[in-house]
Parts: sequence; structure tokens; C-alpha cells
Amino acid sequence: MTYTKPIPKATPETQEFWAGLRRHELRIQYCNECLRYYFYPRPFCPFQGCRSENITWKTVSGFAKLYSYVISHRGFGGFEEDIPYVIAIVELNEGPRMMTNIINIDPDPQNLIPDMLLEIVFDDITEEITLPKFQPMNQ
Amino acid sequence: MAIIGASETSSVGHLPNYSMLQLHAEAARLALDDAGLTFDDVDGLATAGATPAQLTEYFNIMPHWIDGTSVGGGSFLMHVSHAVAAIQAGHCNVALITHGESGRSRVGINNSHSGPSTIAGQFELPYGVWGPPSMFSIPIVRHMHEYGTTEEQLASVAVATRQWANLNPRAMMRDLISVDDVLKSRLIAWPLHLLNCCLVTDGGGALVLVGEEIAHEFAKEPVWVLGRGETTSHMNISMMEDMSSWTAAKQTGNDAFAIAEVTHNDIQHAMLYDAFTHVPIYALEGLGFVNPGEGGPYFAEGHTAPGGNFPVNTNGGGLSYTHTGMYGMFAIQESVTQLRGEAEQRQVDDLEISLVHAPAGMFSGTATLILGNK
Repeated sequence: MTYTKPIPKATPETQEFWAGLRRHELRIQYCNECLRYYFYPRPFCPFQGCRSENITWKTVSGFAKLYSYVISHRGFGGFEEDIPYVIAIVELNEGPRMMTNIINIDPDPQNLIPDMLLEIVFDDITEEITLPKFQPMNQ
Repeated sequence: MAIIGASETSSVGHLPNYSMLQLHAEAARLALDDAGLTFDDVDGLATAGATPAQLTEYFNIMPHWIDGTSVGGGSFLMHVSHAVAAIQAGHCNVALITHGESGRSRVGINNSHSGPSTIAGQFELPYGVWGPPSMFSIPIVRHMHEYGTTEEQLASVAVATRQWANLNPRAMMRDLISVDDVLKSRLIAWPLHLLNCCLVTDGGGALVLVGEEIAHEFAKEPVWVLGRGETTSHMNISMMEDMSSWTAAKQTGNDAFAIAEVTHNDIQHAMLYDAFTHVPIYALEGLGFVNPGEGGPYFAEGHTAPGGNFPVNTNGGGLSYTHTGMYGMFAIQESVTQLRGEAEQRQVDDLEISLVHAPAGMFSGTATLILGNK
């Protein structure tokens, strides 16, 4: 079946993120100067007072907490079939936040409590691209 | 520096017979008429959505100063700020700021679209965000979690704003509504229901600014720009640092208060851009009118509604008056109308100082203006 939703296209500085996901590894960048992780990928540490270019890619745990979300009751460009679906911001155990979908859950506010624990699910949407999605821990 | 000409398009709402550029042009002509000027007097031009190049071509002018800052609904507040600086620096004498948007009818509009290799294309669009109601809304749950803000409090913003719209014959939605009506309207992106969301309309507005020396030479009393602040802090909603507070609003508010040399108690009227019901709550808290977490209760208690002690969004707001897409121009227009004493049934008594606040994009930054008539 053809995947009709938006498909991300890597740029030079994000290549490693997408390549890692293809291998089912969540890879983000770490600053060797201020010892913090950050997201999205950039060739320098974005933290105020640091801005170091001494950075490295690391594979992280894939565990996260739910930070905030909406339950979308409208959808376009392939998402019509998913309504209602959860668009969320999760906070990785290593610190950075990212947008994702919470899947394998009944999309009801009662089941989606901020700070609840989540784990990554690697969603292979095409032969080249895997999206990092999340589900409640211990599914 | 002063606003000496101001007007919206002759009507707002559903205008399928106007292209985007026509809306700019009609608003510009009416604002210039308001000041007793013509396009031939204009030597400075600022706009958003459309580009200065598009408009100078359409108007057939070649100004000495242009500004195309286009960062969303608050852009026009920034243009006012930039025009003040340009006039002070002697770069131009008569600055025209225009807005026109065929948001509803989509006639002659510029395309905007994020490709798959943009930051949004890689890190947001793949998860099914589809427009402001699915993105601007994402922080709300964090505010509810941190402060106990409720869906009823969110709904009360729409209720209070509709009461103002009821007093404005130009407003698109005028029938009074209840909290229950909001909560029973269809779900768009929980916790947003339809009536938590702004309208989608066509319309335009324009402003004319000049320097202090000549500000009294025009048809109407000047409206003075007393203070300003502006910033952007990110582009994509997933990069908003703290989703329970609007740190950018705090910064631009502080800047504006410091320049105007006024305090919160001096502000008698505020236009707080309301693309969705939570946005004025975040603004009220960010600007420091109430403490963090007190914004929801403040609206629910009716302080901002007609008869309340702090009138907010007196034209009926983006929620009930009009919302073309980049609504900030209409927020400024209402402050000017109020400061001129021309707001008829909805006029705020003895008004001297008004504050206008609007976001750049979806919490991506903000701009604040403090305007006065003395």
C-alpha cells in the first residue's frame, strides 16, 4: 500500500538522525562541552552560553514522558483515516523534546495524562524512512 | 511618533469579489483619506503576507523606506515600531502600513507551503499537524496540567468576547453564547472545540504614521506610539521552550512598559490577539496583568467583558469580529478607534492608554504596542 502522508526528507545536518531510525536506533546530538543533549539536529550546541561545535551523535534510550498534546478530530493528506489521533510533544529521558504521535492507546484525555511514561515505537513508513512514535510503557 | 490615519476595508467578512492586493489597496486608500493624504504623499511602506515589491508595483510608488517583516499576525505591530524608528531616523516622513488577506475566499493569494526537507517537513508535518488549530493548541494541556486551567475557563474567553461582538454591528458573529454552547460545539483538536477557534474571513486594514512635528496637522487627533517591544524565539511549536507560559510576551511587554514609562495600572484597555481562546490567557499572564495560572479564572470572572474593570478585545476579537489570518492589524485598528473615542456602543469611557499584543506565528514570538491619545 502506498504511504500518502507527508514523508520527511533529510538534509545534511539531519542525515544521521534518519539513518539511525532506519536501523531502529534513536540518535540525537550531545554537546561535549556543556554535557547536554539537544534536538533537532544542528552542527552546533544551541544552548545559551555554550554554542560549542564540539558535539557528537549518541544513541539514546527511547524512553520519554508525555509533555503536552492535542487529540485531532480533523485530518488531511492521509490522516483522515486516523481521526481522532494524538499529536504530542514528548520529553526524552535525556532531556530534549520532540513532536510525535502517541499510538496503541485509546485517544481519550483520561488515558493521556501529562508526565506519563512512554517508550519509542519505530514506524517504518517507507523503505527509507522510519518515524519515531511513542506508546505507553509496558504495552 | 503618531498614527494619523487608520482604516479597515469598507467591509470585512466574506468578500469573494476582492483579491488580496485589492484588499491592501482599499484599506490603504481609506487610511490615507482618513488623514487627508494620497498615495503620492507616501514615502515609506511596510506590509506582511504580500511583499513590499508586490505592493509598490500595485500602488505604483517608489518609497524611501520599506519593511517586509512577515512573521505572522503580530507583524503589523512590528511595522509600527519600525516605522517610528524610520521616521525618527529621517528615512521617511509618511509611513503607510497595509494588511489585506483573502483568508476565507482565497482570491489572488500568495502560496505558503513547507517542503519535506524544512524543519517542519522533517519534524512536525509527518505527525499530522494540519494548521493552527492542531499546532497553536498543543501547549494548552501543559497549562491545564500546571495550573488547573479548565475547559470551562477557556470557553469563558469566547463568551466574554462574544458579548463585545454583540455591540459591534460589523462583527461576523453577534449572537450571545454560553460556556455550554462552546463545550457542545464540535471538537476540532481537543481541548479545542469549534467555538474556541477564531473565524476565517477576508479583509484588510491600514495605518499612516508621521513624526511628532507635523502630527497635529491632520484631520483627526493623533494616536501616539508610547511604547513597543518585539521578538521571535522559535518557528516550530515543538521548539517552544516552556509550554505553560509565554516568555516572549513577558519580554516584549517589559520592553514596551519601560519605553512608555507606564505601569500595568495605567493600561485601561487591551487588545490581546485571540486566534484561539487560550491565547489571551497566555498573553494576560505573560504580560504580567495577572500571575501565572490566574488568566483562566480572570476571564471566567468577567473582568474583560462589557461592564468589567478591564475591557479586552472590544471589537469582538478574532473569535467573533473577524480574523483574516494575520489579525494583528485589526487589533491595532480597534485600539485606535477606542483612543479616538469612535467606538460607539462599545466605547471605553475616559480612555487614554491602550495596549495591543499579538503573536508572531504560533507562540513563535510576540509584539506589544502601548498607544495613547495624550
